[in-house]
Amino acid sequence: MRKALFVLGASIAAALLILLGVLLPWWLMGAAVAAFAIWLGATRAGRRTGSIAAAGMATLPQRLGGASVVVVGIAGVVGVLVALLAMGQGFQSTLHATGSDDTAIVLRAGSLTEVNSGLDENSVTLIGNEPQVMRDASGRPIASPELLVAVSLTKKSTGLAANAALRGVGPEVWALRRHVKIIAGRRFRTGMRELIVGKSAAREFLQVSIGSTVTLNGQPWKVVGEFASGDAHDSELWADTNVVATTFHRGSSVSSVTVRLKSPKQFDAFKAALASDPQLKVEAHTTRAYYADQAKGLTKLIRILGSIVAAIMGVGAVAGALNSMYAAVSARTREIATLRAIGFRGAPVVASVMIETMVLALAGGVLGAGVAWLLFDNYTASTMGANFSEVVFQFRVTPGLLGSGLRWALVIGFLGGLFPALRAARMPVTEGLREL
Amino acid sequence: MKYLHLVWAALTRRKVRTGFTLLSVVAAFLLFGLLDSVNGAFSQAGHSVRAAHRLITTSTTGLTFPLPLSLYSRIATVPGVEAVTHMNWFGGYYRDPKNFFSNFAVAANFFDLYSEFELPPRERRAFDITRTGAVVGAALAKQFHWKLGDQIPLKASIFPQKNGSSTWTFDLVGIYHDPKHRGQENQMFFHWQYFNQAAAFGNNEVGWYVEKIAHPGDSSRIAQAIDAFSANSDHETQTQTSSAFAADMVSQFANIGLIVRAIMGAVFFTLILLTGNTMAQAVRERIPELGILKTLGFSNRSVLSLVLAESVLLLVLGGLLGMALAAAAVSVIEAKYGANIPMLPVGATAWLRGLGLMALIGVAVGALPARRGMRLRIVDALAGR
Repeated sequence: MRKALFVLGASIAAALLILLGVLLPWWLMGAAVAAFAIWLGATRAGRRTGSIAAAGMATLPQRLGGASVVVVGIAGVVGVLVALLAMGQGFQSTLHATGSDDTAIVLRAGSLTEVNSGLDENSVTLIGNEPQVMRDASGRPIASPELLVAVSLTKKSTGLAANAALRGVGPEVWALRRHVKIIAGRRFRTGMRELIVGKSAAREFLQVSIGSTVTLNGQPWKVVGEFASGDAHDSELWADTNVVATTFHRGSSVSSVTVRLKSPKQFDAFKAALASDPQLKVEAHTTRAYYADQAKGLTKLIRILGSIVAAIMGVGAVAGALNSMYAAVSARTREIATLRAIGFRGAPVVASVMIETMVLALAGGVLGAGVAWLLFDNYTASTMGANFSEVVFQFRVTPGLLGSGLRWALVIGFLGGLFPALRAARMPVTEGLREL
Repeated sequence: MKYLHLVWAALTRRKVRTGFTLLSVVAAFLLFGLLDSVNGAFSQAGHSVRAAHRLITTSTTGLTFPLPLSLYSRIATVPGVEAVTHMNWFGGYYRDPKNFFSNFAVAANFFDLYSEFELPPRERRAFDITRTGAVVGAALAKQFHWKLGDQIPLKASIFPQKNGSSTWTFDLVGIYHDPKHRGQENQMFFHWQYFNQAAAFGNNEVGWYVEKIAHPGDSSRIAQAIDAFSANSDHETQTQTSSAFAADMVSQFANIGLIVRAIMGAVFFTLILLTGNTMAQAVRERIPELGILKTLGFSNRSVLSLVLAESVLLLVLGGLLGMALAAAAVSVIEAKYGANIPMLPVGATAWLRGLGLMALIGVAVGALPARRGMRLRIVDALAGR
């Protein structure tokens, strides 16, 4: 009965501490670790604990099997978690980088994506003439009427058909997206059936390298240049809006108009101006909001899936760590009983076992996060974006992700070490001394 | 078999340790069952028996490019084509854009070709005679609490009506079931005729055609014949089997297979190390006992198989429990979220693959300790060396 109560109490305490471990901000955690280190170095009890922990660690080489179970088990959890989250992070940062606060995209009211949207010629002119839109040196509004079509190309990696986004852009696009640079070849010429290809698309698809001709909707297009934008546009092909419209029989309608605003503060006025114009049935979004919205669904899905997979693996790793640490404690039974017999209290014994487990867990976390970082940082992947076409992105193993990986490692280590440590401290001294 | 109690006694010798080891095996195979189910749902999309009798004709330029309605009657004349139907992606949403689901405008004979969508005859007749009628999958109906007779307003993200409204109202006349693929019960179908008459644009255009063919062996000949109709026109078509079509679609979302294999690789590597360590410990502790067994006349080989049997039993027990949990979890998830998460029920092949893995890992982790047990010299063993 007393034992059951003790286990119950310990479990509740463990749950609370884990909750703290998950919720605690970084600086508080760091402060706690620092306080612990000071206690270890500066107080008598701390130094005693340190020496017991050191004695325990000295026997690690004899228990390599058990120690590696803790390390590898935790490394597996952290590695899988970090890799999966890096996928979501990469997709998210690619789309977030695509948008900005000083450009706005205008779609037909009710449309959520460009492929679903359509605007007529009159709307395009009206949108460009709004006073909040910035003008270039010659007084033309910096607004790009764009026509997005998903065209079918063959993927290099699989040989299967996949959709690429062909974006017809207006002549002002270079003033609109100033970060886009031609890295090879030249810009397409207005009115010609020429296109330039984003650097990710050039890598991903067959037949779209510079100099080649690709047939889209039955018409030959010459690839004359390659551009880099460092965001989702890298996965697109760009050409003249009017040429795209003619080739794909779209008349004079376009999918969207993207404008550069005089300043980010002008957006609300711009949106209101469009909404109040009875001739227009459109809706404006800052490009930041528009692209961030497209990232939401997938990022959330990956985060949930990653946590579920890691939690299930975590249960396995906790069980493995418990086994190893129980074995470690029972291998040191006599030693611990001796310590107790000569007057050491329970706390230093508990602390020493916990220190050992946490060190192993940290090693596992670093190993797992490191492997994930080596294998997957900048790993290129692609998925179907909101516009029914491929978005290429790179996995991003950020410091934040490494941090949350280590947090998981410490929580697993804590769980795996606590119960064996308590057992060590509660061991009856006389029995322990008799143990072989 | 007669040694089963001996193996069992060895496993229950240290209950806590066996329990924890079992727990990690259970976790590993729970994950295996779940991931295998997701992977299966993706890789088997469009692979049913009926799908083998179906071809899909799309625009070569891409799925979002419509085809002329005039192809309809021409495709029907190709020998070997038993029936043709067509579909348009509508892209409507219910109340909130977050409530995304697939909805299509389809030809009147759609449910003849897709007979796996089981629709009660009465509801089928109601659909046939209701111009604004719609049929939804059971999972979708459950998600939004729709019942027969309801009016469903969909906001159009692409096609406004001629009268300027972007809300289309449909009468729910049928709810279909697809017992083999619950993941398919999340779609909505309504009459293309209604759509065609009311839409502000996109009239007399078809998203893609679906053909039912008599013999799957004829598919490439028929596909060529259909594509020949529009060769060199501005709406060239590409006809492929519905499984090839599905493979294209799936491969665009992600390389699910690769992700799943990578995770499972990490999981099983960890598991082998973990159970391997347990088995090594278990044998190390029992060396004197093994010595006694040998003294009693157990041959080297039977000691080997005793230890192997112990590790295989450990894996199979935990594995079966884990897969059973996975099967239960999949059926719960399917019942609750079947509309949004593609998962295949844990079927016979998954169980077989799982059993194979259990045996394989069991032998792998048992091999070294078992060899140690086999090679023991009785004198050393009894002395505990």
